[in-house]
Amino acid sequence: MGHSHDHDHEHDGYQTPPESIALRVKALESLLVEKGLVDPAAIDAVVDTYEHKVGPRNGAKVVAKAWVDREYKARLLSDATAAIAELGFSGVQGEDMVVLENTPEVHNVTVCTLCSCYPWPTLGLPPAWYKAAPYRSRVVIDPRGVLAEFGLDIPRDKEIRVWDSTAELRYMVLPERPAGSEGLSEEELAALVTRDSMIGTGLALAPKA
Amino acid sequence: MNGIHDLGGAQDYGPVYTETNEPPFHYDWERRVLGLFPALFASGAFHVDEFRHAIERMGPIEYLQGTYYEHWLHAFETLLVEKGFVSAGELASGKPAAARTATPALVVDGVAPLLATGASARMAEEKPPRFAVGDEVRVVNRHPTGHTRIPRYARGRRGTIALDHGAFVYPDTVAHGRGPHPQHVYSVSFAARELWGADAAPHDTVRIDLWDDYLEAP
Repeated sequence: MGHSHDHDHEHDGYQTPPESIALRVKALESLLVEKGLVDPAAIDAVVDTYEHKVGPRNGAKVVAKAWVDREYKARLLSDATAAIAELGFSGVQGEDMVVLENTPEVHNVTVCTLCSCYPWPTLGLPPAWYKAAPYRSRVVIDPRGVLAEFGLDIPRDKEIRVWDSTAELRYMVLPERPAGSEGLSEEELAALVTRDSMIGTGLALAPKA
Repeated sequence: MNGIHDLGGAQDYGPVYTETNEPPFHYDWERRVLGLFPALFASGAFHVDEFRHAIERMGPIEYLQGTYYEHWLHAFETLLVEKGFVSAGELASGKPAAARTATPALVVDGVAPLLATGASARMAEEKPPRFAVGDEVRVVNRHPTGHTRIPRYARGRRGTIALDHGAFVYPDTVAHGRGPHPQHVYSVSFAARELWGADAAPHDTVRIDLWDDYLEAP
């Protein structure tokens, strides 16, 4: 990836939240708790769910199953919400799912230009770049240029299909199964499925020779 | 509203910064803000489209300077005061003006079921769909000052109905307390050249989810 930064203070590329914001959040939470509107233990439970239990490994299991099970793949492409729920993944920000199949002719990539809609049950919380202005603004007008920044070289005569999730549908890409992955188990295949390959800003990894 | 949030097509925000092995949170306060969303949603403090519109109403400088969870915090503070859950004075002081009267709508035992179920915006349609898959359509050239989910870059453009997703709550009314008025949402396919002109790649397309009222015959 072209502009990778490991510095914590630059996680949004150009934004650093003011230190005072921690106090502002603390004041709001304590006010809401004192008024009886919010249970702080419930907040802890929500955080634990998205920090430790829900993430792109869920989506990777869906993709790997679709690669090995033709009937599952058909169900996934016709009713993604139900097929994903078969594996136990459902709920907030994935209530109505659509899965987009990458093919030799079409490369799919997802964005939310108006806010930051993202399929939480299968991919977890979105990365900072997905929520920030550079990606949201440019991937619709210059998808090939943005994908090149992620190391993807899509030929100009191949269709890039950008999905702008302006409504309540949540999109996940089914990446192409990598060459040389014949004979791998479903679990080994899932290890090849990256978060970015399910956003469309990456491809599934090639198996180790 | 033609606001700063409507970013599609802008070109001057620089490269996409990515972070290797990015953690789910960068600051502890972000955890609390995330957790407040389902807690406040469960207590009926806002509809998701009211929440989005509260973010859209941020000033452009504040919006661009603020990160994602700062936007959320701004929306909580705005809506809690506007809807009378807390007063401006309580928000400023951090202290309740009166003794506790409410009980939390979301408690620990309710978290897993709520998160696993969510709140689908799909509803029985109030009116039949006006378009079918394969129809040519044009996006209305309309610039409401309230909430809408028509990105500016699509207004007035011609596309083709690619999918009919069924009926969903209509954001333009529900964000302003004027009811859900569910209607069909379509995935509309636009040629990149229709949106961006002749320099766009010949086969690229953009699919945008648009409600029935956002579309007209071409």
